[in-house]
Amino acid sequence: MALLKMKFSQQRRVRLAQGLWLLSWLAVMCGAFIFCLGVYLKIELLRRDEVMEDTDIHAVPNLLMLVGLASIGANWVASRVCQDSLDASRFPRWKVLLLGWYAVAVLLCCLLLAVVVLSYALQGRLEESLKVGLRNGIRFYKDTDVPGRCFQKETIDRLQMEFRCCGNNNFKDWFEIQWVSNRYLDFTSQEVKDRIRSNVDGRYLLDGVPFSCCNPASPRPCLQNQLTDSRAHYNYEYQSEELNLYSRGCRQALTDYYMGLMNSTGPGVLSVILIQLSVLLSMRYLQTAVDGAMALESPEGESEGYILEKDVKATYAEVKAKALDLLKFAQVDPASEVAGAEEGEKAAEASAKAATTAA
Amino acid sequence: MVVMKMKFPFQKRVKLAQGLWLLSWCATVAGATTFTLGCLLKTELRRRAEVMANTDIHIVPNTLMIVGLASLGINYFASKICQDALDAGRFPRWKNFLKPYFAVSCFFTVLMLLAIIMSYAMKGSLESSLKAGLRNGIRFYKDTDTPGRCFQKQNIDRLQMEFQCCGNNDFRDWFEIQWISNRYLDFSSTEVKNRIKSNVDGRYLVDGVPFSCCNPSSPRPCIQYRLTNNSAHYNYDYQTEELNIYLRGCREALVNYYMGLMNTIGAGVLSIFLLQGSVLVSLRFLQTAMEAVAGKENTEIETEGYLLEKGVKETVMEYLDPVLTFLLLKNKVQEGTAGETTTAPA
Repeated sequence: MALLKMKFSQQRRVRLAQGLWLLSWLAVMCGAFIFCLGVYLKIELLRRDEVMEDTDIHAVPNLLMLVGLASIGANWVASRVCQDSLDASRFPRWKVLLLGWYAVAVLLCCLLLAVVVLSYALQGRLEESLKVGLRNGIRFYKDTDVPGRCFQKETIDRLQMEFRCCGNNNFKDWFEIQWVSNRYLDFTSQEVKDRIRSNVDGRYLLDGVPFSCCNPASPRPCLQNQLTDSRAHYNYEYQSEELNLYSRGCRQALTDYYMGLMNSTGPGVLSVILIQLSVLLSMRYLQTAVDGAMALESPEGESEGYILEKDVKATYAEVKAKALDLLKFAQVDPASEVAGAEEGEKAAEASAKAATTAA
Repeated sequence: MVVMKMKFPFQKRVKLAQGLWLLSWCATVAGATTFTLGCLLKTELRRRAEVMANTDIHIVPNTLMIVGLASLGINYFASKICQDALDAGRFPRWKNFLKPYFAVSCFFTVLMLLAIIMSYAMKGSLESSLKAGLRNGIRFYKDTDTPGRCFQKQNIDRLQMEFQCCGNNDFRDWFEIQWISNRYLDFSSTEVKNRIKSNVDGRYLVDGVPFSCCNPSSPRPCIQYRLTNNSAHYNYDYQTEELNIYLRGCREALVNYYMGLMNTIGAGVLSIFLLQGSVLVSLRFLQTAMEAVAGKENTEIETEGYLLEKGVKETVMEYLDPVLTFLLLKNKVQEGTAGETTTAPA
């Protein structure tokens, strides 16, 4: 009735312990790898945190770092256990700990799966966060003399150059805000006055973009100003010009970059889950085989190893019964006190009766 | 006349052999590191090969790679020799091998030092190579429709953005050449006609720079055109404006970058050179100490080790003689041996 029963001779037990020792050290390396992956992802997210509105996406690297550290600890314990496993005097002290260890290992696997799921699920939140962050960045581009915002211009310029993108959705976002600071506008000039009067808020709007939107791959020197006016430049057609500026929006570019990063870590995380599961199963087999061997008269004989003593249904019922027992035990005390008090009263009555009858 | 004689009791010999074995494995790793550093430098030089006129500077990474590979072999043999050193039965088979081995090892170790010296000495060559390369790059910036030169514009733009520099010496280099292609010039316009008539070669010269010269750290949007005209822009002074465009020239930026790289690599290679030298010196001491033991019954006696049996000059002549004879530069020895063989039978 045991689940996945296997026979283990002494030789096989020794081999299992040795193999598990190696596997658990491999799992320690994998835990360190997961931790480093989490750190790397966190650093990459922190580098661009000026264009992100909130930090929900940081759950993914935080979880990776936590799981990495926990997995290093758990697998180190596993290696100690299997070092002691072949020594009959030292193995029993690990008995109690192993139950907890199994729970921790299963929890780690579940958390790693959750990380993979989260990295896909949080894409929408990331995009929202970038949308708001970039909108603010573009709005405060001109405020190079306002304390706290004076580096926005440099940040946005370097972002657009590095990720080869322009604006939030596309380059037309620059047409809708004033990105030239008032300090550099000649308010006596007719052109400036016309532009400021042309809209309700009195902003200096123009159909131009900053130099960081320029695409170096373009065969002609960059056209930044009067973009919508085909006659302003020789041999220029606004609708069909593709190479002059970056056509991609920065939100798209950043989302693609981060999703690519998280997707590439996906296979690594999945293989770590597999390694952790194999450590878990091997540890269970080793524990049951060694326990069986210690119960025999000749410790060098053959024993059986299994994953569960009974099958799944029976084990589940047993676990349920134990859990209910624990709960009942908490409730039994007041009930047994009442019952005990009643009994005590009854006994007192009986003895009183006996005393009176005797007397 | 012996150079650096030292006494070696048995225990000291054993310790020397063990220490040398460890040291030679460290030196093997160091040799692999040298090879890697050479590859790194070569890759970095090739990335910017389009703005370099000649490849003289490539001799530095090539030498480093050769030395790295050679030192792998040298240190492998060193570890094998000192493994056999304490075994009196196996050591004599290395006898004939050791003399050429030391000659080759010294040659490659000296070559390592030469590579470091060259990396400093070739700064001038690198600078003139970059000067010519950048001048061509800037001149062919506009030729985006000429096959073979169509990527010059992109290369120069990306170079200026990455190294935060403008032009060859400085941004004024862009004023002296036509960097806007004729395809995008309206020849019916008066402004274009005036500019073309204003110089002998009929080039369209502007006092403007490409967008890749713009400095993102500037508080104002980039001013690219009419740089020398103060009245063309509000609140702008050509003489005092510092942050608008990059003031550094690309030649200086690239030279600084490569010299910095070679200084860092040079420091590493110098320490590897010292490590390699100590391996060779220790091996020499071990060899001479063990040679005195050969043939004796009691292998645990105290022996003497030295670096050179005769003085430095005599040893050098001793090594050079076979080489010079081979090159037929020294005919005396041949005549001498010919005379000896004729007199011997008599």
